[in-house]
Amino acid sequence: MSIKLTVNGESRELDVDPEMPLLWAIRDHLELAGTKFGCGMALCGACTVHIDGQPTRSCITPVAAVAGKSITTIEGLATAAGKAVQQAWIALDVPQCGYCQSGQIMSAAALLGANPQPSDADIDAAMSGNICRCGTYVRIRAAVHQAAAGLVTPKPAGS
Amino acid sequence: MYARYIEEAGRAPGSASSLTRRQFLELTTLAGSGLTLGVLLPGCGSAGSGAGTAAPAAPLEMPFVRIAPDNTVTVISKHLEAGQGVWTGLPAIVAEELDASWEQMRVESAPAKVPLYQNNAFVPLGVHAQFTGGSTAIANSWEQLRQAGATARAMLVAAAAQQWGVPAAEVTVSDGVVAHAGSKHKASFGELAGSAAKQPVPAKVTLKDPASFKLIGREKLPRLDARAKSTGAQQYAIDVRLPGMMTAVVARPPRFGGKVKSFDATKAKAVAGVVDVVQIPRGVAVVGHDMWSAKKGREALEVTWDESGAEKRGTTQLMKEYRALARGKEALAVAQAGDADGALPHAVHRVAGEFEFPYLAHATMEPLTAVCVLGPDKCEIWAGCQMQTPDQYAAAAITGLKPEQVFIYTLAAGGTFGRRATPDSDFVSEVTSIAKATGGKYPVRLIWTREDDITGGRYRPLNFHRIEAGIDKDGKVAWRQRIVGQSIIKGTAFEPVLMKNGIDGTAVDGNAAKEYDLDHVHVSWNMPKVGVPVLWWRSVENTHTAYSKEVIIDELAQAAGEDPVAFRLKFLGKHPRHVGALKLAAEKAGWDRPFPKDKGRGRGVAVHESFGTVVAQVAEVTVSGDKITVDRVVCAVDCGIAVTPDVVKAQMQSAIGYGLSAALMGKITLTDGHVDQTNFHQYQVLRLQDMPRVVEVHIVPSTNPPSGVGEPGTPPIAPAVANAVRAATGIRLHTLPFDLAAARRASA
Repeated sequence: MSIKLTVNGESRELDVDPEMPLLWAIRDHLELAGTKFGCGMALCGACTVHIDGQPTRSCITPVAAVAGKSITTIEGLATAAGKAVQQAWIALDVPQCGYCQSGQIMSAAALLGANPQPSDADIDAAMSGNICRCGTYVRIRAAVHQAAAGLVTPKPAGS
Repeated sequence: MYARYIEEAGRAPGSASSLTRRQFLELTTLAGSGLTLGVLLPGCGSAGSGAGTAAPAAPLEMPFVRIAPDNTVTVISKHLEAGQGVWTGLPAIVAEELDASWEQMRVESAPAKVPLYQNNAFVPLGVHAQFTGGSTAIANSWEQLRQAGATARAMLVAAAAQQWGVPAAEVTVSDGVVAHAGSKHKASFGELAGSAAKQPVPAKVTLKDPASFKLIGREKLPRLDARAKSTGAQQYAIDVRLPGMMTAVVARPPRFGGKVKSFDATKAKAVAGVVDVVQIPRGVAVVGHDMWSAKKGREALEVTWDESGAEKRGTTQLMKEYRALARGKEALAVAQAGDADGALPHAVHRVAGEFEFPYLAHATMEPLTAVCVLGPDKCEIWAGCQMQTPDQYAAAAITGLKPEQVFIYTLAAGGTFGRRATPDSDFVSEVTSIAKATGGKYPVRLIWTREDDITGGRYRPLNFHRIEAGIDKDGKVAWRQRIVGQSIIKGTAFEPVLMKNGIDGTAVDGNAAKEYDLDHVHVSWNMPKVGVPVLWWRSVENTHTAYSKEVIIDELAQAAGEDPVAFRLKFLGKHPRHVGALKLAAEKAGWDRPFPKDKGRGRGVAVHESFGTVVAQVAEVTVSGDKITVDRVVCAVDCGIAVTPDVVKAQMQSAIGYGLSAALMGKITLTDGHVDQTNFHQYQVLRLQDMPRVVEVHIVPSTNPPSGVGEPGTPPIAPAVANAVRAATGIRLHTLPFDLAAARRASA
């Protein structure tokens, strides 16, 4: 069965088991390896992608469920929030082993896309599904705040 | 031939990152062994020099440094980068002596090759192997890479002097520019690389006076891998794609020590995409076109296991047996001074405790993965290898090839914490066995699922400690301790060199006898034989020895009515670095100011040396009901010269998170030999909301050569938190992970 979807702005067609998790379709068939396998049960967040803008765990999402939808992976992250997050990640040297960071960044980018000025509690809620065994959490929190600060644009005079 | 390591840093936007993975592979295929993508790709050169055009198109190639015509300086890392920052720290050492600019630095993994790339820290012990462990990467590379950098610098200077016809002594090097003031000549490293390569290698070079270091010790030296790891571009073993590559998963025995009796592959082979089902020494491998088919094939596979030799005990029973051993008289003496037995009855203040430590899984975020291509006279392996030499020998033994016919391409690892350093090369052996069993007809990638990982053993050993300690009227301490826990090195290739007089240091080191000046001390060990495979887990024995030591010393201070910091200092006369770290942590934490005890708040301290580095931590907690929240941690570390201080800080933060995970929630249990936890819903690990909001790291100024930082931040955090909880509640936490409700019941 052929499944059509849009990945990072490009139309793609997949001829795979419709039950195949999107994660493995992305990694093994679309050859985009930035999205990582961590648990296969939506417990760690390493596989986070955006589906129609919403952060989603691709490891439990059957590829058939995203037919016709628009998927963004770390390779295609281009929103203002996404760029700000990546810049903050690099500036603060957040990554250690780096393996979970694609998922962390996708979650953080989605958070800032929806809530440009999150509180610590908002960050806890949005990022609690992403595990980092290197314990980069202190810097993740700082980088989310730094990215949020960078997204603040002064309001035009008179508005 | 594929490039052995791909540093797809993409520092120049639109270079590597815009390539598809397939193009990327083709490029690296063309490149041939020894060249990196960074060198070949247009646009990957460093900014600014404009060297390329007129320069002689030849690199200066040395074992640890390559200076390319494009003005990049690539450091060849003999150590695995698994997050601990060696891809930044090792280049920093070279760049310092070379007077390079940080922007031109690159890094790539060394091939598996001894003695050239052996870990020199273990040579005095008789181990000649390339591996990364024991927090030794920076320490054992320090002199070696300073020499390498200084040698390359001298050759650049000699080349410049020759070209410009000026005395070498008048040539200067600064920030990546070679210059001669008198003649106003200037050149980049890239421009000089070709002629530098023709200069004789100097027999002796002068190293810098540390007082003149510019890069080493700089507060923030950006990590060389931060961009690739923030863009999804960093390649790990799990990301390797080779033409025609298949993916394998392995069905392993449900209990440790089980074996395959028979299997029926009919249903597995009926799964679309499954290409082979083969038996290997460790189980049955199902090979498919992709991960999904391999995984579904494994679910359909029917295996009958021979469990006659399997470990069938559960952890409750094991702990009961350990407790009985700890209370018995028979044990191996580990440390002995004075007369603990004779002195204890005369103590005016006494404390005692029995401590329980569970098995712990490393749970690296990248599950174990390796890729193997096996040919008639060559075996190639891609993996996040932590022990290249043992892995190379294991693959050679399996394939019947010579070790030098086994090529290991070390990629960045998605965490290790010790897990990828198995003396028997478990996952590398597996992938090689699968390649052999399938006749090498395709490249094969082995992936462990998270369930394979959590249930797969190689845990931090289960441990039971029993301590009795007391202090007499003259302030002399008597300390008697029994440690019961499996040996990590018994039965491995390391046993003959590392096991001394029947004692495994990786089971018992870091105990009070080594860490404090005690008048009467006796430490002994029981080594139970258990079929659960165990391994080093970030800071190894110190994960438990530091805990019982720092909790009991704190309880002793309390019993004596003394301040925990002041009390420790009385027994650290022979440990000036402990004193320095402890005082710094206390000062920065504001220890001398009263700490509010209301609202369930408490403050605790711990200090411990491991791997040549001393770390002290002060933890502040809030206890609400039975919930422990760690609010703030102040950490002081003495690691000699801090080569890259921000990486040191990152490692302390990381180690605190890793140790807290174990203290607050980490636990592997077994029932009748079956592991009870399978994935992160059962094997809980620290998440962002559990991390202390404030983690301050302070580095003790030092002129000593650097020691490691990957592990030493882990041991003190659990006891510091336990001591803080006791300060807040009076409850003693002697069982890990912390269960305050259970501890309250036990003390009632």
